[in-house]
Amino acid sequence: MELEAVKAYLKAYDGPELSIMEVCGSHTAAIAENGIPGLLSPKLSLVSGPGCPVCVTPSAYIDRLTALALEEGVTVVTFGDLLRVPGSSRSLGMAQGEGARVEMVYSPMDVIALAKKEPGRQFVFAAVGFETTTPVYALLVQALTEEGVENVRLLTALKTMPPVIDYLCANGAPVQGFLAPGHVCAVTGSKIFAGLAESYRVPFGVSGFGAEEILIALYGLVKMCESGRAEVRNFYPSVVTEDGNLKAKALVEKYFTETDAAWRGIGRIERSGLVLREEYSRYDAGSLGLDEDQKKNQACCCDRVLMGRMRAQECPLFKTVCSPMNPQGACMVSTEGACFSYYMRGA
Amino acid sequence: MCVALPGKVIELQGADAVVDFNGNQVKARAGLVDVQVGDYVLVHAGCILQKVSTEEAENLNALMDEVGAWS
Repeated sequence: MELEAVKAYLKAYDGPELSIMEVCGSHTAAIAENGIPGLLSPKLSLVSGPGCPVCVTPSAYIDRLTALALEEGVTVVTFGDLLRVPGSSRSLGMAQGEGARVEMVYSPMDVIALAKKEPGRQFVFAAVGFETTTPVYALLVQALTEEGVENVRLLTALKTMPPVIDYLCANGAPVQGFLAPGHVCAVTGSKIFAGLAESYRVPFGVSGFGAEEILIALYGLVKMCESGRAEVRNFYPSVVTEDGNLKAKALVEKYFTETDAAWRGIGRIERSGLVLREEYSRYDAGSLGLDEDQKKNQACCCDRVLMGRMRAQECPLFKTVCSPMNPQGACMVSTEGACFSYYMRGA
Repeated sequence: MCVALPGKVIELQGADAVVDFNGNQVKARAGLVDVQVGDYVLVHAGCILQKVSTEEAENLNALMDEVGAWS
């Protein structure tokens, strides 16, 4: 089937109104960048979900990270996205102004060279992410053990997708289909969502991140909705298989174990996170129990946005007091947050 | 955060691989999947996450034909 036919179908669709949730923050960003909503019929809408790891990290985690960065002899190492996420009183970036030492890196593996260069300093990596990124942290811990590097620890806020989608469905999320996260599935395999598709009678379309790939997956999802198919279909077969990356999964299993996890604005969800196993706890910088979540601004609606109950532009703070320059909630901070994406697109 | 880019492995160096992204060559950690020179791979946060199959386009075409026939 030609792309033009897919586009024509999505534009002319005139069936029942459908809301499709893109769970992954990278999808949210790609959808905004490519102007996908403008290519769809008014009867099709896209809502963002809880798949931006920075957006769902609770304030207690940021507070702990900030406290560590302010400790004498400690450097926090992170991806840039995390710098401006509000904690209960300040962000990591604000703490830098008070003398906190923070380094930004491209890859978690880069922390090894930093640690070797300054063996007298403690380095803490801010290990946030979903199933896509956890294998990278597993590789890091493996390298630390093999190379005998003892001055690196991880502060983890690692989340898994199926439990939060289960939570959304169980709480009546107003969506008829899920655009499933292609790079999570590259690791986990597409079958990870099969149980949810069956339990909640809702289709999942695994998608890549290019405009064409997203349109094809949306077309597949609409066709699944129309024909009553509650299945997982893989529209990203160049990278995703049913079983995923077995070697990566085994490595994650070796170093990490399931735990309950707190989600910003949502609360604690059973077995929705991962922490280092007991035998590797010497590499943990105190990641357990960082559940408390305080809003910087009580009117912030990030929680409802993350659960698909409100569109970013419907929040009373959107574009009034909340902007990327002065974010009130995490969804406006991350380049993959729904609020940031819609703000930048001029919604 | 889950952004990952496809490139081609042009050299193996111990635990690392040199991956070419349209002429831009970057070193990536290779421990998550077994790779060889010439493989197309997906790189995420400095690590090779998965191999990219170049033969799957046909499968997608077949899937699209199947989807198109649903009513």
